[in-house]
Amino acid sequence: MEAVRPNTPNRGIIAFFVNLRESPVGLIGAAIVLFWVVLAAFAPLIAPYDPLAIMTPFAKPGTAAPDGGIFLLGTDQKGRDQLSRIIWGSRTVLFYAPLATFCAYIVGIVMGLAAGYRRGWLDTFLSRIGDIILSFPVLILYIIAIQQFGRSNLNIVIAIVFASAPGIMRIVRGLTLEIREREYIAAAQVRGEPNWWIMLVEILPNARGPLIVDSCLRVGYVIIQIGILGFLGLGLPPPDPEWGGMINEGRQVALMFPHMTLFPAIALSTLVLGFNLLADGLRETSLKD
Amino acid sequence: MTSATPLLEIDNLHVSYLTRATEVPAVIDFSLAVNEGETVGLVGESGCGKSTVAMAIMNYMGTNGLIKSGSIRFRGQEITALNPNEMRVLRGNEIAMIYQEPMASLNPAMTVAQQLMEVPMLHLGASKSTARSGAEQILSDVHIPDPERIMASYPHQISGGQQQRVVIAMALLANPSLLLLDEPTTALDVTVEAGIIKLIREIATKYQMTQIYISHNLGLILETCDRVCVMYSGQAVEEGSIQSLFGTPKHPYTHGLFNCIPLPKTDKQDAPLVPIPGQLPLPHERPIGCTYGPRCRAFKGGVCDQGTVPYERVADSDQFVRCRRWSEIRADDLIPDREGIKAATIGDVVLQANQLSKYYEVESKGTMSATMLGMKEKIQLKANQELNLSARQGETLAIVGESGCGKTTFAKVLLGLETSTSGELIHDKQEVGGTGVQQRSQAQLAALQIVFQNPVDTLNPSHTVGAQVGRALRKFGITQGKKETKEKSLELLAKVKLPDEFYYRLPRQLSGGQKQRIGIARAFAGHPTLVVADEPVSALDVSVQAAITELLMEIQREYGTTLLLISHDLSVVRYLSDRVVVMYLGRIVESGSRDQIFEPPYHPYTEALLAAAPIADLRVKKRDIVLEGNLPSPLDPPKGCPFETRCPRKLGEICETTLPPDLMAADGHRIACHIPLDELQDVEPVFAIQQSA
Repeated sequence: MEAVRPNTPNRGIIAFFVNLRESPVGLIGAAIVLFWVVLAAFAPLIAPYDPLAIMTPFAKPGTAAPDGGIFLLGTDQKGRDQLSRIIWGSRTVLFYAPLATFCAYIVGIVMGLAAGYRRGWLDTFLSRIGDIILSFPVLILYIIAIQQFGRSNLNIVIAIVFASAPGIMRIVRGLTLEIREREYIAAAQVRGEPNWWIMLVEILPNARGPLIVDSCLRVGYVIIQIGILGFLGLGLPPPDPEWGGMINEGRQVALMFPHMTLFPAIALSTLVLGFNLLADGLRETSLKD
Repeated sequence: MTSATPLLEIDNLHVSYLTRATEVPAVIDFSLAVNEGETVGLVGESGCGKSTVAMAIMNYMGTNGLIKSGSIRFRGQEITALNPNEMRVLRGNEIAMIYQEPMASLNPAMTVAQQLMEVPMLHLGASKSTARSGAEQILSDVHIPDPERIMASYPHQISGGQQQRVVIAMALLANPSLLLLDEPTTALDVTVEAGIIKLIREIATKYQMTQIYISHNLGLILETCDRVCVMYSGQAVEEGSIQSLFGTPKHPYTHGLFNCIPLPKTDKQDAPLVPIPGQLPLPHERPIGCTYGPRCRAFKGGVCDQGTVPYERVADSDQFVRCRRWSEIRADDLIPDREGIKAATIGDVVLQANQLSKYYEVESKGTMSATMLGMKEKIQLKANQELNLSARQGETLAIVGESGCGKTTFAKVLLGLETSTSGELIHDKQEVGGTGVQQRSQAQLAALQIVFQNPVDTLNPSHTVGAQVGRALRKFGITQGKKETKEKSLELLAKVKLPDEFYYRLPRQLSGGQKQRIGIARAFAGHPTLVVADEPVSALDVSVQAAITELLMEIQREYGTTLLLISHDLSVVRYLSDRVVVMYLGRIVESGSRDQIFEPPYHPYTEALLAAAPIADLRVKKRDIVLEGNLPSPLDPPKGCPFETRCPRKLGEICETTLPPDLMAADGHRIACHIPLDELQDVEPVFAIQQSA
């Protein structure tokens, strides 16, 4: 359409989020994420009990606590307060999921830029490696890796980076292939810019839009993965509260004490849902002119 | 064929687009009557609302378009009041539209036959066999050779020109009474365009079809239309028959447009182009009174900035004009006084190509088993073959040719983005053909620079103007510190006539012309000896083109830079260049000074190119030469003369088997052709300018 738009939309990183106010879905997502971020940040102030304190085992939600308070969400098999454990658990997940995603992005971006900009054998090599990793069932990959190297926070981050980086590489490579044909890239080449400059300064900033959207989706996905690892007993080492582990612990007695699995599961799904809605909203507003 | 009531009547049409911020009035108060059998041109720059008018006629406004008021009557029937079903019937049977991009109008998953047969089967309820024979008939009507083969092809298997012919055929199938053509040839090469234009004219007479032809190109309008309506900022500003509007334009904007395009009467020294100052106003910031007022050289306060300017009929003429002062304005008032410009001094040879060739290795499409075994055969794509040319300091050398002729490849080798396969390319006494950008010294990089074609793409959208110009300055070793770089950047901005505040702007805050100015500033940052200008103005609006062209020449004169102009637009080439090289399929077919190229003797290809370029001047009479066939694949070029397959003056076998010799027509004028020189000399000039007018 030829009509001149009255105000060009904002396109900076901050503006990317400012435009979100136009998408109700995105706002709901942002609110959910923000809710959990606040809980995690102020966990010591908000949580009614010490998440490791052993009190009344198998208390149902609403049971009176020995100190006169109430176990709003009940307690687990060891008698620890569920609500406090969920609140403290959000700390764990909101620290490790973004950390792992961030690391995966650094690796994926470097690989994707190199493959897409340099092309040739390097592209073939990196793409094939990525294909091989992606064709592996992720869970089996995790089980092998973590059983091999032990159950530690660092190893979980490494495993997630290993499994996620190829997917990020594909996206970055695709964007790079498109952007490298632009005339401003030719202008930089004719100016004699080194390759690293062209990749990091000329190409990467122009790929940010789709990457921001993808990173929100991916954080949600990583949260699920950390949950799965916890559920399988490969997650963060006990006794620190962690949602996947909590679901697993409640599993054997789920029929009698459903609250033990239900509440951590709700926590996990709302957070993932929040990130997904946020990503949807960001994509929607970035597609609008 | 004019009847009492017009076929299409548009009255006081207002169209707006609703965006998230505001309502954008795209068309304000537009009226037009189109009689049966006539071709009316809608001309204007981008953003003037001409496509919006077309969409409103189709009643296809998208999700955010809205016809605010006014009426569109087709055969007396109000289109704006029709429901979607009634509109669908009207669109298929009575009104058809042809768009700019043929590939976007065709379904890539269906063969041409399927798509063509669908039309009569859906709209007229025809049987399969009648639909098929109808499709075949219509394809031969649009002059598609070998319709059988084309019918069985998918859209991507046929050339751009053929695609557009298929789209036209499809529009004709339902035998509509009104055909809307929205820039139907903009995406095509000049010689292909000439064929399509001829076809459109033929359809108009043969089918007595009413057409509305939308274009930004006044030359094309002159060749196709009976009447023309000039639009500016959502309004019609002038309307009239071709003879009166091109002969005696009334509105200052129409004058301005004619002064912006390089016509044969212009000359870069004595009668340079006159750019229209300023920019098209934004739709929600239109000035009160005349919308063209702020840019008009005949603007008079108290007259032009009051109320709404009426659309008046010019007495004793078929013209309408929206200007309060049209009767007082003389054409000369609209051209500012100026002195003749001193011609640039031409110095020594700075660039010399000797037998320069560039071949690409391409994998051939072998059999599947061979591909799977990794036994792909490598074949050579000869993008440049044995080029010989030279350029002197301060001169403008134009390389002309259609897409695929190898002109861009030559520029890439020169800039170091590609390296040559054989031959020499000597710049400033150093061989540069074999050295890529990474091997070049800082001085060499700074000396050879480029101005790109596409303003949208030329600047990195993520960095400010200042950062991008400053980077070039530092990279070329012109400045060191931050402060010095900023000072020098501002100086450069001033040189391309942009104010200081642009230093902090991002590319998206600039117009196309402004971006192109930054592109020029960046290219000239390191005092280059040679700048490649790759179609520097072809993506810009007419009024901006003139300003950028003049700026480029001004800077060139100041720096004494050699300009290597790559273009397919012969009007621009005629205006700008000192010498011209004509390329076809990787080879140089003719080279010489500008006057030598534009006068006989011609190479047959040059002759066809010259005849194909539309010229917006009533006094110019052109010969009609339309090339048949398509550009051969550069993977499998003809053995003899590259132009042999399409040449209208082909001699016979010798053209197919032997590479033509270089004939020396005059000092510095070479033609590669088998036809003897005296026969080449013995043709009429392609265009003649009639003195009376």
